[in-house]
Amino acid sequence: MEITKKPKIKDIPYDEFTDNDSLEKLVNELNQGRTNVILGVLDDVVNWGRSNSLWPLTFATSCCGIEFMALGAARYDMARFGFEVARSSPRQADMIMVCGTITNKMAPVLKRLYDQMADPKYVIAVGGCAVSGGPFVKSYHVLNGVDKILPVDVYIPGCPPRPEAFYYGMMQLQRKVKIEKFFGGVNKKQKKEQSEE
Amino acid sequence: MEEIKYIEPAALRNEMLRLRNEAKMDFLESLTGMDWGVPAEDDAPGTVRGLGIVYHLESTETHERVAVMTSTLDREHPELPTVSDIWKTAKINEREVYDFYGIIFVGHTDMRRLYLRNDWVGYPLRRDDDPEKENPLRMDNEETVDETTEIELSADGTIKNKKDVIFDDEEYVVNIGPQHPATHGVLRFRVSLEGETIKKIDPMLGYIHRGIEKMNESLTYPQTLALTDRLDYLSAVQNRHALCMCIEKAMGIEISERAQYIRTIMDELQRLDSHLLYYGCLAMDLGALTAFFYAFRDREKILDIFEETCGGRLIINYNMIGGVQADIHPNFVKRVKDFIKYLRGVIHEYHDIFTGNIIAQNRMKGVGVLSKEDVISYGATGGTGRASGWHCDVRKRMPYAMYDKMDFKEIIYTEGDSFARYMVRMDEIMESMNMIELLIDNIPEGEYKVKTKPIIKVPEGQYYQAVEASRGEFGVFLESHGDKYPYRLHYRSTGLPLADIVDTACRGEKIADLITVGGTLDYVVPDIDR
Amino acid sequence: MFDFSIVTNWVHSTLTSVMPEGWAVLIECVVIAVWIITLYALLAIALIYMERKVCGFFQCRLGPNRVGKWGCFQVFADVLKMLTKEIFNPKNADQFLYNLAPFLVIIASFLTFSCLPINKGASILDFNVGVFFLLAASSIGVLGILLAGWGSNNKYSLIGAMRSGAQIVSYELSAGLSIMTAVVLTGTMSFSGIIEYQADGWLIFKGHIPAIIAFLTYLVAGNAECNRGPFDLPEAESELTAGYHTEYSGMHFGFFYLAEYLNMFIIAAVAATIFLGGWMPLHIGGLDGFNAVMDFIPGFVWYFAKAFFVVFLLMWIKWTFPRLRIDQLLSFEWKYLMPLCMANLLLMTLMVVFGLHF
Repeated sequence: MEITKKPKIKDIPYDEFTDNDSLEKLVNELNQGRTNVILGVLDDVVNWGRSNSLWPLTFATSCCGIEFMALGAARYDMARFGFEVARSSPRQADMIMVCGTITNKMAPVLKRLYDQMADPKYVIAVGGCAVSGGPFVKSYHVLNGVDKILPVDVYIPGCPPRPEAFYYGMMQLQRKVKIEKFFGGVNKKQKKEQSEE
Repeated sequence: MEEIKYIEPAALRNEMLRLRNEAKMDFLESLTGMDWGVPAEDDAPGTVRGLGIVYHLESTETHERVAVMTSTLDREHPELPTVSDIWKTAKINEREVYDFYGIIFVGHTDMRRLYLRNDWVGYPLRRDDDPEKENPLRMDNEETVDETTEIELSADGTIKNKKDVIFDDEEYVVNIGPQHPATHGVLRFRVSLEGETIKKIDPMLGYIHRGIEKMNESLTYPQTLALTDRLDYLSAVQNRHALCMCIEKAMGIEISERAQYIRTIMDELQRLDSHLLYYGCLAMDLGALTAFFYAFRDREKILDIFEETCGGRLIINYNMIGGVQADIHPNFVKRVKDFIKYLRGVIHEYHDIFTGNIIAQNRMKGVGVLSKEDVISYGATGGTGRASGWHCDVRKRMPYAMYDKMDFKEIIYTEGDSFARYMVRMDEIMESMNMIELLIDNIPEGEYKVKTKPIIKVPEGQYYQAVEASRGEFGVFLESHGDKYPYRLHYRSTGLPLADIVDTACRGEKIADLITVGGTLDYVVPDIDR
Repeated sequence: MFDFSIVTNWVHSTLTSVMPEGWAVLIECVVIAVWIITLYALLAIALIYMERKVCGFFQCRLGPNRVGKWGCFQVFADVLKMLTKEIFNPKNADQFLYNLAPFLVIIASFLTFSCLPINKGASILDFNVGVFFLLAASSIGVLGILLAGWGSNNKYSLIGAMRSGAQIVSYELSAGLSIMTAVVLTGTMSFSGIIEYQADGWLIFKGHIPAIIAFLTYLVAGNAECNRGPFDLPEAESELTAGYHTEYSGMHFGFFYLAEYLNMFIIAAVAATIFLGGWMPLHIGGLDGFNAVMDFIPGFVWYFAKAFFVVFLLMWIKWTFPRLRIDQLLSFEWKYLMPLCMANLLLMTLMVVFGLHF
């Protein structure tokens, strides 16, 4: 049976998101391996649950961290989406929002944190510094983009990005979670050899 | 341009002791490492060459200021005498100089690198060093080294190597950080415990060291402005103000009075923003989460004002060399006045919910007491210094912008405990509101930016300028050799003395008090690490 | 007042008429077990939702409101997610203790939960030392916490668990003494007996001053018992980054999470039962018409209303006050709260002896 998943967010039309191509490509890849009807419905239910309850890990190194705090505060209030339970233990968090510059000294620490997280886990690179090094790209001590050490799901550019931009990125992540195939195969981003290192 | 006296390394210690004891220079404001390069044939006589240091000293009693410098031509094993027993702040600053330039200080008890990994090869800020070539990204975990070798100069002039231990093998050392719950950033403390009592704390910095000072040496002056906002992002306007003032002072540019008024008002708004966030984060650290939301709700109103005029919420990008980037928005005056009226009405809520609470008072009173001598010796300026009785406000000591033409109080408390530090900032909120009210109705007409040349070249010389940032004295030391790039642009960090003084404040307290002390000292880590 | 024992007796008699006694009891036990687990889960979901909304309103923001109307499906999404998370076994952890700990906490929670009468005749465990049994069963939870801290092979979990253990053990004394004060007044330890005693007025009215003091001290001690509110040092660690449940993920963590909320509910329900009358409606002696109207509202509505009211009070306290330090916490208990409780017990005894209560 073909999976016809259309990742939908309540109140925001599908066409208003600018990056639908990568999601459609993902769905096509998943369609290569078929699944039956019952698992398909169960998939949808579980994915609905998972996408509405993404708990971030409290990880902020510099300026973008303050915008993350403003996101949790009263005006922007990410609790409306269910994201406000920010756990400080990596084992209980679902996603890590890398807010702020990652330096060479911090990189092994970040990798260790990511490894400690429980599957299924996601990474959002927030801000210019995490996406590509940002204003500090020429520095001798800055990692030019966190995707050099972690598999990133969503990039949120900006310096710092506005809280609305945060929301856009998090909704993109929600859409991505909604189309994942949960039963009968797992969408891991690292190959088996990489994760066994 | 200031006169900086040159002193030979051999005579340095005596001169420093004389300055400290006779001239009463008890505040070491800034200690900057320099690399003046190798001697060249066409050097004018008296040109300073080699690796060296510039010291800025001030006396807290007479307010006299002196700057001295020293250097050594040895690049293989550069050695200079330490001053860390004269001024306690020199201990951590000399570690920074060792980290960046490789100068070993004779008599320093803790000669470890400060920001970079122990296995880093080379000294990045030296002119002939190529940091990236020798240091690819190392993903293995860093080894913790608990022993250092001290070079001790004994009385008869011989040099001995002495071993210094930071933590013994038997001590129970607990690691706090670098991943904290999101308030203060990536700072790592190694704490030696005895039960619940803290015996010693060793801060490990450098997890957000972005190499800004090295980057500055290859950026033009307008480009260097962009990075100042990202240092202490809660004093963004004030940091940029300091750098702009330093460059303007060096070039002799006079900015218009309208621009001065605007800069002062923006500074005070930024101070309000920072203190509100301080209140929220302190309350959150102590467990009263609701206060955090109240503080952020009010902070958003200030951010709205910033956004309307400057375009940015956190990274403001407003001050420019010669003035400000754009004129204030027509709504600015009205919105600021409305906001101040609103904040005066709600500030009592903050005191009701947190200050008067018996639990909060028990957690803060008598915790982390710092004496006035300690605070001056460590150079912990800002609210921390003023809570221990030190009159360290830069707006009174070295007035700039509109501060010498305004009448405002400097908030001083004398107890030196966490509660005093907290109350200093709450009172400063009220004082900032008064200051803004004095200025907001009287902004004169004029241009907001003076015309400057398209390529900015600062005349040769050494310049220092400081402002009262939200957290303390933020200083800019600029040495220029006439280029369009700075030769050396060093920032006197507000947070480095504060990270250093955590050890003194927390000896003998419990672990829970470490959080209170850290929260009330109010440091922001990117400012410490630069 | 609708008496639920009518239903239970009917069920028992129909079952015993078609099968031997043993089988009937077995089937009843299975049904009750399913009922407890379902009620537990539903209450946990309701409480978590209530906490997020209530705390949101205190902090002048909206809580969850996108997942279902007013966010009512938010907790279901959380539960689904927790069920599908990977469960870890850290390499050097003590496997048996590490896996046992969440179950101990949940079992303690279930046992105390089943003591509470929801309606007249609708209590699962009701015998003559009900209160004593409740206090004993709630102590099993401490074991779970200590095992979690020890078995995780993590310095911070251990410190957190030790602190939590010390805290719970200390505050159990005050909680127990407050309940004993009520027992002195009612003369019985069984829950149904205590509630019957309150048929003509709730205990806080009947016992006036000592009962009100006992109610307040029970709330404070109970708050500390379930690691909530100003006493949440061991777990809400912005200090040591997590607590005894750092190394747990997935459903193991879910058990700790649920048990925390249910423990809070149990404390509130016990306070409501003993001091506010449980399922007994508000009766004012002499006003028969009023009493008849009050009797019309079913018992379980009274019970849940009172319990949720006390839960609201506990949440209010949590979201207002900062945290106490561990030594302040323990000195508060041993130097102030417990002497107060003992003095109160004495006062209540004197009052009963001289017949000064209503």
